[in-house]
Amino acid sequence: MRRTNAVATIDRRAFVSRLLAACPQSLVITGLGSSSYDVFAAGDRPENFYLWGAMGGAAVVGLGLALAQPERSVVVITGDGEQLMGLGALSTIGAQQPVNLSIVVLDNGHFGETGMQPSHTSLGTSLSAVARGCGIGNIVEIDEMDSVESLAQVVNSRQDCTFAQVHIRADELPRALPPRDGVYLKNRFRAALGLAPF
Amino acid sequence: MNSAIASPPMWQEEIFSILKEGGVRQVAYVPDAGHAHVIRRVHSDPDMRGVVLTTEEEGVATVCGAWLGGQRSVLLMQSSGVGNCINMLSLIQNCRFPFFSLITMRGEWAEFNPWQAPMGKATQGALELMGVTVLRASKPDEVAETVRAGFDAAFEGGESVVVLLSQSLIGRKKWEHTK
Repeated sequence: MRRTNAVATIDRRAFVSRLLAACPQSLVITGLGSSSYDVFAAGDRPENFYLWGAMGGAAVVGLGLALAQPERSVVVITGDGEQLMGLGALSTIGAQQPVNLSIVVLDNGHFGETGMQPSHTSLGTSLSAVARGCGIGNIVEIDEMDSVESLAQVVNSRQDCTFAQVHIRADELPRALPPRDGVYLKNRFRAALGLAPF
Repeated sequence: MNSAIASPPMWQEEIFSILKEGGVRQVAYVPDAGHAHVIRRVHSDPDMRGVVLTTEEEGVATVCGAWLGGQRSVLLMQSSGVGNCINMLSLIQNCRFPFFSLITMRGEWAEFNPWQAPMGKATQGALELMGVTVLRASKPDEVAETVRAGFDAAFEGGESVVVLLSQSLIGRKKWEHTK
């Protein structure tokens, strides 16, 4: 079934804020652009690692982290455009299935950072169907804000590698800019895990 | 088990030993015949995780994630994959992640397939343009020392380093063709 986000009701920033409030122990990786702004707006913390580039890489950064930290929930929060650039990553993740990894794609069907051009998810691609086809164990599609609590339970339970496609409104919100010094972000993230610089 | 599996070149086992003794826990790879022994050893080691990739740039990202989480991870690929990594290497440079990759060369020695040549010729230059230090081993007895030097520069010195493994080390790929 082809669908668009024209009927989506979820406010991205409110959804991310509620999700992270309900997953306070999670390690968070964000894809570049609006997803980074959403996570930063929800409250900066050293366990957030914001990407400002490396488009297509967020989910696989999350994979390496999840394999290294099996006792922690790892949440990747990214957008449809960022994930579309790394579709193969879903296949790579499907082959590994770390149960503590959740990929949350905020899907507004558009490239928000560059002028709201329609993305492939407005033009026929279903990311949840792709993720299912890649063998990722738990696939959820979210249309209602109230589903955020059940998604948080999935994240916190660490029982199944999860891909969540969240249909959000294509709003253009004020930017909330996280730190963009990569060395700082890396070192404070590791310090929060008790890891020294090299 | 065929004889190639029973007795790989010693330098390939030396590479595995350096990774193992160096505490590497995750090995991301796009396969190549020259890496086959190491990949096999990784998958049979309960303390190591082999991560097969669909494209090499995923490996650049996933080794960074491993480091964020406190594990050492390395990337194996062949030279044709270097071009796929270029923009993702900005993650390494911006955050100064330790980065270590072993790259088997194609397109430079007794190459039968001309489609391997352009990227093979550009491999070293492309990496250096992105700020990566490039070492090379061309003879079996220089592999271990070169790999160990690059490995330590990455994980002790925080550098981004690759070791190119010359095509002459791996030998001719056998193609069937008529004359």
